[in-house]
Amino acid sequence: MNVLFFGITKDIVGSSAINFNEELKPANVGSLKKKLIDTYPEFSKLNSLAVAVNSEYADDTLALTGNEEIAIIPPVSGG
Amino acid sequence: MKKVIEIVDTIDTAKVYTELSDPKSGGICVFVGAVREFTNNEEVIALEFETYKEMALKEMEKIADSAIEKWALNKVVMRHAVGEKGVEEPVVVVGASSAHRDACFEACRYLIDTLKETVPIWKKEKFKNKTIWVSAHP
Repeated sequence: MNVLFFGITKDIVGSSAINFNEELKPANVGSLKKKLIDTYPEFSKLNSLAVAVNSEYADDTLALTGNEEIAIIPPVSGG
Repeated sequence: MKKVIEIVDTIDTAKVYTELSDPKSGGICVFVGAVREFTNNEEVIALEFETYKEMALKEMEKIADSAIEKWALNKVVMRHAVGEKGVEEPVVVVGASSAHRDACFEACRYLIDTLKETVPIWKKEKFKNKTIWVSAHP
């Protein structure tokens, strides 16, 4: 499962993408967020943390198979 | 074409009138966002923008489509820049054209306000001694 990072999350992780192997793969969006917050405590200090699956905002309950394009979306600040 | 939705390296503000001009439109409203020299009394050297482009274009399409439907717009432009931008450089242009002015004024505000809320674009402020991801922390 490949996860993309943008903005401040890319700086926190130190990389623009991370690959989770099969055994460690989170089952849904909520558990992916929890895993990231456990691994990178800085994530819990952000104003918000959203996840996009196949380039659409996803709810915590959405199941993940590992074949999707998954992206971590920190607070947006365009304009 | 009814919609122009783009993420670009450099914004040319001169072409937006032609893009929005329409025989059925009596009103054209445009908002340009630019780099301001000071933020909270601190001098800004530059802003740096990055995006998740595929998703950003999708989200901008959604915003444009809902504005076209709500205000019966004839044309919409949404264009955002990425990369490093200096003071006074344009970073975003949104605009709407409609039969009468009320619709395009309201739509234009909706376009920029919603872009700032939902489109995955991130801005880093570069000051003399530090850089800050805007809105990241409380």
